[in-house]
Amino acid sequence: MSIDVHQLDAGAWISVNDSREVSVSNLWRLARQEFCGCEMADFLAEGFVEVGVDTRDIEARIAGQCITCGASGVTDWLAVGRVVDGEFRPVVPESVHIPCRRSRLARPASPE
Amino acid sequence: MSTNVEGWKDEVYGEEIREHLFEFAEEGWESIPDDEHDAWFERFKWWGLYHQRNGQESYFMMRIGTPNGVLEPGQLEVVADIADEYARGPADNPEFGGAYCDWTTRQSIQLHWIRIEDVPEIFDKLEANGLSTMQACGDSWRNIVGCPVAGKDKHEHVDAWPVAEQLHEEFKGNDAYENLPRKWKVSVTGCDEGCGQGDINDLAFEPAEKEIDGEETMGFNVRVGGGLSRKEPRFARDIDVFCTPEDAPKVSAGMSALFRDYGDRDDRFNARIKFLVDEWGTEKIRRVLQEEYVEYELPSAGDDLRDQYTYNAGRQDEHGDHIGVHEQPDGNYYVGLNVMVGRMGVDDVRELAALADEYGSGEVRLTQRQNVIVTDVPEGSLDAFLDEPLLEDYSPDPHPFMRGSIACTGTEFCSLSIVETKNRQVRYARWLKENVELPDGIQDFHIHLSGCTASCAQPQIADISLRGMKTRKDGEPVEAFDIGLGGGLGEDPHFADWIAMRVAADEVPGYIRNVLTAYEDESGEESFREFIAARDEEELEELAEPEETDYADPYMHNTKMTWYPYAEEDAMDDRPTPARADGTPITADD
Repeated sequence: MSIDVHQLDAGAWISVNDSREVSVSNLWRLARQEFCGCEMADFLAEGFVEVGVDTRDIEARIAGQCITCGASGVTDWLAVGRVVDGEFRPVVPESVHIPCRRSRLARPASPE
Repeated sequence: MSTNVEGWKDEVYGEEIREHLFEFAEEGWESIPDDEHDAWFERFKWWGLYHQRNGQESYFMMRIGTPNGVLEPGQLEVVADIADEYARGPADNPEFGGAYCDWTTRQSIQLHWIRIEDVPEIFDKLEANGLSTMQACGDSWRNIVGCPVAGKDKHEHVDAWPVAEQLHEEFKGNDAYENLPRKWKVSVTGCDEGCGQGDINDLAFEPAEKEIDGEETMGFNVRVGGGLSRKEPRFARDIDVFCTPEDAPKVSAGMSALFRDYGDRDDRFNARIKFLVDEWGTEKIRRVLQEEYVEYELPSAGDDLRDQYTYNAGRQDEHGDHIGVHEQPDGNYYVGLNVMVGRMGVDDVRELAALADEYGSGEVRLTQRQNVIVTDVPEGSLDAFLDEPLLEDYSPDPHPFMRGSIACTGTEFCSLSIVETKNRQVRYARWLKENVELPDGIQDFHIHLSGCTASCAQPQIADISLRGMKTRKDGEPVEAFDIGLGGGLGEDPHFADWIAMRVAADEVPGYIRNVLTAYEDESGEESFREFIAARDEEELEELAEPEETDYADPYMHNTKMTWYPYAEEDAMDDRPTPARADGTPITADD
């Protein structure tokens, strides 16, 4: 089954199969990350810059800021959820996530 | 690769969206195919409809574009009636009630909780009275802004109102410019105070004088590529072009066609013309405009009036806004009334329309500071008008903290916002008024509160800039603000310097008090803006500390996680949406 992913409203949302699923303004805990010097970034999502699909995983690069150290910029790719049996199941932002550079091509979804 | 939005626009965009919109309205919300929501909601923006945020599905914000903020006699009453009848949601706002109008920083009107089923009736009522939502949002010519008293201002060198009106007529519903890479914001200023805020627009016409064929000619200098969004603010840049009022449509057509053809349609974050100006530089912009888009020889820039600009310029010798009683060139008066954070309940809007009719010509104008102006009041009627009870709440002589407050929509309705805004700014202003004495001589003090980096409240051009953020307090996430100082416009505009970062929302009033105490203790004759400009970043960081006070903030929790922050049962699971036209929620079983 194909998965349709967009960012919407100037990066405010990730829409999965035409349903608004992931919003800006959440705090994400990021470990083993190169975004800032913190061991664990406490990252405020301010906008979704790129979104993509890797098999069933919905991934995004997110613009925002670490509220511990103040560093701002764009993360590497983060899994924000997964589509299982046609249903989107989001990850819990406040649990620990590990951004990673893509080692293989995902099916890209263009901005918005 | 073009974006999804460009793909949707290629299929249906511009005026033709209307017939689809009306079909959906006829059939009801549920007739919009689930797998076409994203595409249609993106397209509906062109007709001024913006789907509200998560938790408020099936409800829309509606924006009405009023060029230059001018509401002709009778129009405001129509807006009040529409808001009263159609802009009511499932829960009231504790400060503003069940139905209200928002005056925006682009001199437009926003209504909330609009149902798609009501759109045809609303359009009928608006259009029968010369109003429209066309191109109020979306990728095209937005509402044209300018000096809100254009044509009625003693400071005027060029009457900008007929120019703005002509641009509005020519570029709204013009299919050559209906699909641009991104929004296109235009300002026309004719006065010497700079109150069109051209510096923060994509295309700005600013008053200038030039000798042409031996004659001194009044017209405009042209600037391009201003804007505040994201963390990439730019002031519009001088492209060394003068144009007469008669040629303004030609230059406008050329510039917006240049943007249409050369703007970045592959990356919406890079699409605004400010980035093309960055990339090309002003000389290339001018050259391409001349060679490819304008058939007459563009004169070089004339002498501008920027050294006289007072609007939001940080000066204390005169007010930099339109509040108060001011004489018009025809001997009548205009009276600017303060509207806290730009929101008025519908009963007050209706009363304002009636007073404008009774005491003035019936015309009302909206300012870029979210305020209203009643024009054409004869001198003999002024005292009676000023005695009206409505003016106790919407004062022509407000306290500076009330006068200086601007706030965007915020998490109440907006998808992008990080924090609650309007109700909070009302509470901030009240607390500051009660608890902080402004240093001697300060008449204007601007606090602009924006919920996110989109900067709809124009935070970077305020004395105190507040931009939505998060922080942790006792380990728990709370709403917060980055705080900037010393921004403003004028001859030498300056963006605020971001000084205090991630300040918990309940510590912001204490911070502002401490900054003002430091200013009073340390400053001489300098204005607040000069005081900030004279200090380096380190000194500014040491200027003041955030502080808890007796200010209480009811919106510290993550208001974005509620379906509506002021509902008694505010959890997302309690949302009464999506709903049918009569307001009954549509459940998953339906």
